[in-house]
Amino acid sequence: MADSGVTEGPDKKEEIDRAKSEGKELTKEEKQRLRKEKKQQKKNKEKKDDKASQESEKEKKPLSSPPPASQPPPQSTTQKAPSAVPAPAPVSVPASEAPVPADKPAKSKAELKAERRARQEAERASKQGKKGETGQQAATSKQKAPPNELQPVVKRLPEHIQVDNPDVLKKLAKKLERQQIPLRMDYGYKVSLFSHLHQYSRKAPLTQQVSIPSTVIHPAVVRLGLQYSQGIVTGSNARSVALLHAFKQVIRDYTTPPNEELSRDLVNKLKPYISFLNQCRPLSASMGNAIKYIKKEISNIPSQCKEEEAKSKLLNCIECYINEKIILAAKAIAKSAIEKISDGDVILIYGCSSLVNHILCEAFEKSRKFRVIVVDSRPRLEGREALRRLVQKGISCTYVLISAVSYVLPEVSKVFLGAHALLANGYVMSRVGTSQIALVAKAFNVPVLVCCETYKFCERVQTDSFVSNELDDPDDLIVTRKGKTHLKDWQEVPSLGLLNLVYDVTPPDFVDLVITDLGLGMIPCTSVPVVLRVKNVDQ
Amino acid sequence: MNISSSHRYFRQHQKTARCWGEGTCCVIIVRHVNTQTEAAFRMNEEELVEYFRDQMRKDPDMASAVAAIRTLLEFLKRDKGETILGLRESLTSATTCLTGVDSSVAVSSGGELFLRFISLTSLEHQDLSRCKKVMEERGELFLEKISMSRAKVAKLCHTFIKDGAKILTHSYSRVVLRVLEKAAGEKKRFSVYVTESQPDAAGRQMAEALRKLNVPVTVVLDAAVGYVLEKVDLVIVGAEGVVESGGIINKIGTYQLALCSKAHNKPFYVVAESFKFVRLYPLNQQDVPDKFKYKADTLKTVENFSEEHPVIDYTPPSLITLLFTDLGVLTPSAVSDELIKLYL
Repeated sequence: MADSGVTEGPDKKEEIDRAKSEGKELTKEEKQRLRKEKKQQKKNKEKKDDKASQESEKEKKPLSSPPPASQPPPQSTTQKAPSAVPAPAPVSVPASEAPVPADKPAKSKAELKAERRARQEAERASKQGKKGETGQQAATSKQKAPPNELQPVVKRLPEHIQVDNPDVLKKLAKKLERQQIPLRMDYGYKVSLFSHLHQYSRKAPLTQQVSIPSTVIHPAVVRLGLQYSQGIVTGSNARSVALLHAFKQVIRDYTTPPNEELSRDLVNKLKPYISFLNQCRPLSASMGNAIKYIKKEISNIPSQCKEEEAKSKLLNCIECYINEKIILAAKAIAKSAIEKISDGDVILIYGCSSLVNHILCEAFEKSRKFRVIVVDSRPRLEGREALRRLVQKGISCTYVLISAVSYVLPEVSKVFLGAHALLANGYVMSRVGTSQIALVAKAFNVPVLVCCETYKFCERVQTDSFVSNELDDPDDLIVTRKGKTHLKDWQEVPSLGLLNLVYDVTPPDFVDLVITDLGLGMIPCTSVPVVLRVKNVDQ
Repeated sequence: MNISSSHRYFRQHQKTARCWGEGTCCVIIVRHVNTQTEAAFRMNEEELVEYFRDQMRKDPDMASAVAAIRTLLEFLKRDKGETILGLRESLTSATTCLTGVDSSVAVSSGGELFLRFISLTSLEHQDLSRCKKVMEERGELFLEKISMSRAKVAKLCHTFIKDGAKILTHSYSRVVLRVLEKAAGEKKRFSVYVTESQPDAAGRQMAEALRKLNVPVTVVLDAAVGYVLEKVDLVIVGAEGVVESGGIINKIGTYQLALCSKAHNKPFYVVAESFKFVRLYPLNQQDVPDKFKYKADTLKTVENFSEEHPVIDYTPPSLITLLFTDLGVLTPSAVSDELIKLYL
């Protein structure tokens, strides 16, 4: 079987490489062949590993009389593995060879030889296993049970927070290769506490490595990816709406290929787009929920549905989602929030949250008398955008940097904050600097109100800002003042690292009130899991 | 009813309920015309207030909210409305009228919960009288449930009073009295300190009631709370209203008491029935609506509230250890869960 792979491989491989370099999408057969090759490579590797482990076993057995707890379980599992691998190998070999009709008679002899060899190995392994097991049965019987129990409890961490693990990186690279999306390289020295996260440079957007015009990724998605990575579209509401609009365009331009079902094929089409967008900029919680919704809607389309009808239904669903979860939710939240704004209030806001700006503009239109203090921070300086919008409406504003927060807080009556996501344990994930403001406000006994739509509630649990975060381009921290750019050559200093965090996590003790939609109005921060439960029951 | 008086009636209704459209006002006029002959059987405002006061007089031990709910049930029975919506409107206006007599939080929350409870069923019957009968039955059920609530609370709470305990309580609360009665009934030995709770010296009333139970009781000044706290083991207070954040609204002086117990690390327990849960969310003392802060007569007569002393204050949830309700023993963060269940 190895021989056949070698003889067939080179021609097909060249074809596949050619297709890849042209950026054309691989046909189905080519994809199948790629998959087959990879399976064979994997099997060869496994066989080598098993042979090595078998030899090491034979060495270990005479030595191990009182076996340490960790050794027998791996030994017993590796004992099982070699007997298991040769058995399916001969079975799968004929299956994989079926589509290639040419060299059948020659292969069958090789097949039989391989089978006989595998059977002999298996018998030898089991005999040795029995000899070893009788001596170790008392010890391994107990240890066999826990490994079997422990096996299903393997937790899979998301790959974007395991960047310092080379295996995970390899897996990611393979997955992207399969989907024909270029892999974005990390840039610059990463602070060791955050070395498990990606850090990209804005000067090397992913779109430079994608051939234009690309037939793999829809142009609307390419444009969206560029807008995300360059920071043209920021803010979780804006990003979700842009994503949904791009997907609407994708659906409009989609045609079902023959012999495929729309519900399954469209979902598969969306997967590479999502990987691409993830590479451009890590997905936000709101985008994740929106994608989940779309995938659910697509897979719920009945198969008898005609294509035009299905497409218009999907477009309608997306419109409804945007309308209900974002636009109407903002109106409902504004209605509840206005009750909390009384005349003479001094309200402190941080950064630029579309929802908080909406609330303040609505309150101003309802003739509430208040003034606003806008707190801003480097390097994004988003507060300037908020300031612009509020001053245009005629609201009297003050602008300070975050270092002046404790100076300004004694005159503040309320703090309004937006959120990127609300986690299942009541923690608030928002722009970096938010937890600092909540902490100082708590020290001054100023009530902190967080405004968040329900579609941003996510099932994740986080207690600190290290485990899962986003690292922005470290070059953003370089600034030129009075003609001098001090950090220009930061990469040359080996012990210097620049850290540009994007998000941080605020504990629920610092938040007095969460204002949300869905008829709930005002809830305490600790009731977020109740809302998640109620929402899941509804759906 | 001639044209001019009906016109006047129309305008009057329009002024009092600006949210009503003209259509509804017309319906009411038609109803008024139809039911003019039956006006004797319908309850108007004076009768409502009289019935309420009567209930309070008959059973002084009953919570004002329970009396209000009884009154609303009677109102429902006697109401001769033709539409469900009209019925709902008239019940809401009756509740507002009752809060004009007794401005405590519990009356308005009890009324709202009553309305929600009776209209929770699917009123799909074609016949209005059948619908009304269903609503009346549910109303009776609601009333029965809440009359048992004090006993349930007492059953839950008395186990937290250990033998030899010294308890501090605030003002006159019938629920706390019931709890202490139950504990005394279980042959537990404890002594009680009661704050005098000015301006109405309700604490002395509480002390009298406790003396009748043969419980050693001492009345302390409101200002002596910090002085006495090192001697006590636990603090139990009632509540007039439990808000969404898990905090409580109670007689003025409760917030001080809670702050001092937190400083002394003494447990601060609140006993309240579930009909006192209200959909308010005050952020601080200023945020509590004026209509709850002052007595009903003060609200009607006085113009400038800054010269008046409020009779209630708000205790935030961070100062409360546990709440004992007929729904169980809750932590302050669980109150919101229960409210979501009750109101959603």
